[in-house]
Amino acid sequence: MQRLILGRKNSIALVCAVLTAFGLAGKLAFGNENIAVISLAAASVLGLLPIAIQAYQALKVRVVSIDLLVTIAVIGAFMIRNFEESAIVTFLFLFGAYLEERTLGKTRSAIKELLEMAPESALKQMQNGEFIEVGIGEVEPGDILLVRTGAKIPVDGTVISGEGSVNESGITGESLPVQKAAGDRVFSGTILDNGTIRVRADRVGEDTTFARIIELVEEAQDSKSKAERFIDRFSGYYTPAVLLMGILAYILSRDIELAITILVLGCPGALVIGVPVSNAAGIGNGARNGVLFKGSEVISNLSRADAFVFDKTGTLTAGKPVVSVKKYYGGDAGKALSYLASVEKESNHPLAKAVLEEIGETETFAVENTEVIKGSGITATVDGHRVAVGNASMMEREKVSINEEARADIERLEKEGCSLVLASVDGDLKILMGIRDPIRPGAREALSRLRKLGVKDLIMLSGDNQGTVDLVSRKLGLTRAHGGMLPEDKAEYIIKLTAEGRIVAFAGDGVNDSPSLALAHIGIAMGGGTDAAIETSDVVLMNSDLRRLPHALGLARAIVRNMKQNIFIAVSVVLFLLAGVLFSQWMNMSIGMLVHEGSILAVTLNGMRLLGFRPRK
Amino acid sequence: MKKATIQLGTLTCPSCVRKIENAARSVDGVDRESVTVLFNSGKLKFDFDPGKTSADDVARAVEALGFEVVKTQVKD
Repeated sequence: MQRLILGRKNSIALVCAVLTAFGLAGKLAFGNENIAVISLAAASVLGLLPIAIQAYQALKVRVVSIDLLVTIAVIGAFMIRNFEESAIVTFLFLFGAYLEERTLGKTRSAIKELLEMAPESALKQMQNGEFIEVGIGEVEPGDILLVRTGAKIPVDGTVISGEGSVNESGITGESLPVQKAAGDRVFSGTILDNGTIRVRADRVGEDTTFARIIELVEEAQDSKSKAERFIDRFSGYYTPAVLLMGILAYILSRDIELAITILVLGCPGALVIGVPVSNAAGIGNGARNGVLFKGSEVISNLSRADAFVFDKTGTLTAGKPVVSVKKYYGGDAGKALSYLASVEKESNHPLAKAVLEEIGETETFAVENTEVIKGSGITATVDGHRVAVGNASMMEREKVSINEEARADIERLEKEGCSLVLASVDGDLKILMGIRDPIRPGAREALSRLRKLGVKDLIMLSGDNQGTVDLVSRKLGLTRAHGGMLPEDKAEYIIKLTAEGRIVAFAGDGVNDSPSLALAHIGIAMGGGTDAAIETSDVVLMNSDLRRLPHALGLARAIVRNMKQNIFIAVSVVLFLLAGVLFSQWMNMSIGMLVHEGSILAVTLNGMRLLGFRPRK
Repeated sequence: MKKATIQLGTLTCPSCVRKIENAARSVDGVDRESVTVLFNSGKLKFDFDPGKTSADDVARAVEALGFEVVKTQVKD
C-alpha cells in the first residue's frame, strides 16, 4: 500500500493542485466557504499521505528528514483550521520534488549520454566459425568478435582483420574519426562509423577503459571536497535543530502559526543540493569534452593553480622522434651501424626506436654486459667490441675522444634543437645522429590561452639537452625551461616550487612521470586512456590534446565560481526567510515554502549552466 | 563476502542518501563500513555475507522507503 502511494506521487500532486485550485476558487469566486474547506482539507490530506509515509520511514532508520518537518507543519496548520495553507504547502512540496527530479535528471544527462554508448551485445565467433549475437556478459577475453558498420565496439581489443573508421568521442571527446586496421587497438564505447573489422577481445565488461572511465566519473561526481563534507555534517544537525527551534518557538510564544512556519523554513535544501549539483554538472561537462576530473577537491585545486610544469617528450612534443641528421666519423660506418642497431634493439627509449627506424634492416650481433646509465645511455660488448650509445655526457664518461669536426657538429645540432645519439666503438666516436621530436599541434595555442587565463608560469622540464629545450621554449613562449633533468631532478624541482608557496600543476604522460605527477598539487596525465595515466593522476586529458588544458582550467574555475554562487543563494534565502518570519507579518508557511522550493530550483538551474560551458575564444 | 550494486531511480534530496545508507546498514549481514550511496548516479554499493542476507533483501528494504530499484547486480 505504502509503495503504491509513493509511486504515484506525481499524480497525487496533480490531484492536489486541482483540489486546491478548486477550493480557492470556491472561496474567492463563489464565496462558498464549505466547498473551499472540504476541497482544501481533502487536498491537504491526500498530499500529506506520501510525505508522511516518507517521514515515518525515515524515522524508522533514525533520520530526521524534512518530510517530518513538513508533516508536522501541515498537521499544525490543520489544527488551527488553516486549510488554505496546509493545502498549498503540501502541493508546493510535492511539486517541488517533481521539478527537482526533472532538472536534476537533466544535470546528470551528460553522464547518461556516456552510459548509452555502453555496448549490450556482440557478435561472437563460435566453434563452427559462425558469428552469433550474444549478450555482452558472455564475451570472454580472447574471443573473436565481428563488428559491422554502425555498430558499437563491444570490448577493448585488437583488430585482427578488416579496417574501418571509428568514432572515439565516448572515450576521447574527439569527434574526428580514427582509422583502424589490423594490429590497431580499439576500445569499448566507441562506434565503428564505416567498415567491418574482426576484433580479438582483450578486456571485457568492467575492465574496459570505457567502464572504468564511467566508474571514475560517477565516483568523482560524488566525491566531496572539504567544504561539501562540512555542509553535509552541518545539515545532519540542522534539521533536528530546526525541529527543536520550532518546538521552542511554540512553547515560548504559544503561536502555532509561527512555530510551523519556522519548521517549513528549516530545510537546508538549497545549500545541500547546490554544491553537489555544480560538481556533477561540471564533471559531466568535462567528461563530455575529454577531460576527466577525479574529484571535486581536484577541481578546487586546479582552479587555483598558478604554475604549470610540463614534461617535454610526449607531452609538449608528439613523442614520435625522427632522425633528421646522420654523421659518420672514422671509417667502417657499416659495422658501427650494425653495432648501434644491436644495442638499440635492447632499449625501450623512444630515441632508440627512431634510430632503429632510420637504420632499417641490418645485421645484428649478440649483445653482452649491457649496462644502462640513467640520463646518459648504454654500454655493452658487441662482437667483442666495447660499444657505448648515448648522449654527450655518455661520451665523456667513456672518455671518448671527440675531434674538432665532431664537436662543431654536436654544437650545431644542439642549437638546432636536435636530441643527440652518439655511438662509439672501442673509444672512438663513430656515429652522430640528430633526432627531432616535433612539437604537438596546437601546443602553442594552448599555452598562450593558459597565459591569458592568468597562469603566471609555464615551465618545461626535460631530460633533453639545453639547446633543444631552449629552442622549444622559444617556440612555445614558455617562462622557464630546464634541460638535462633526470626524473629525480624534476621531482625535486616540483618540491621546490611547492615550498615557495606555488600551486603546481604538472602535465606528463603518466608512464615515467609518476613521481612528479604524485608530488604536484594537480597531476595532469596526457593519457589517451592508458592505465598508468588514469591511476596516478588527478586530471586526465583523454586524447592527449593540449588544447583541452585551457578548457580544463577554465571549467575548473567556472565550477568553483558556480558553487560559490549556489552557496550564496542558499544562505541568503535562508537568512531572508528567517528575517521574514521573525520580523514581519506577511511571511507565512505558503510563502515560505514557495521561496524555499524556488531557491532549490534556482541553485539546480544555476548548476545546470555548467553543462553548456565553453571556453572563451 | 559478495559485492552488490543496486541502481536506484533519480535521487533528489540529499537526506535521501542518509536514509538509504541507514536502511542498508540495518539489514543483518550487510557490512556497515562498505555501504556507499552515490547521490548523482543513484547507486547503492555494499558488501554482504550471502549466508545471512541477499542483495534482494536490501533492495526490498530500500524500496520500502519509497525509492525505485531499477537493477540489482551482484559480483563475487
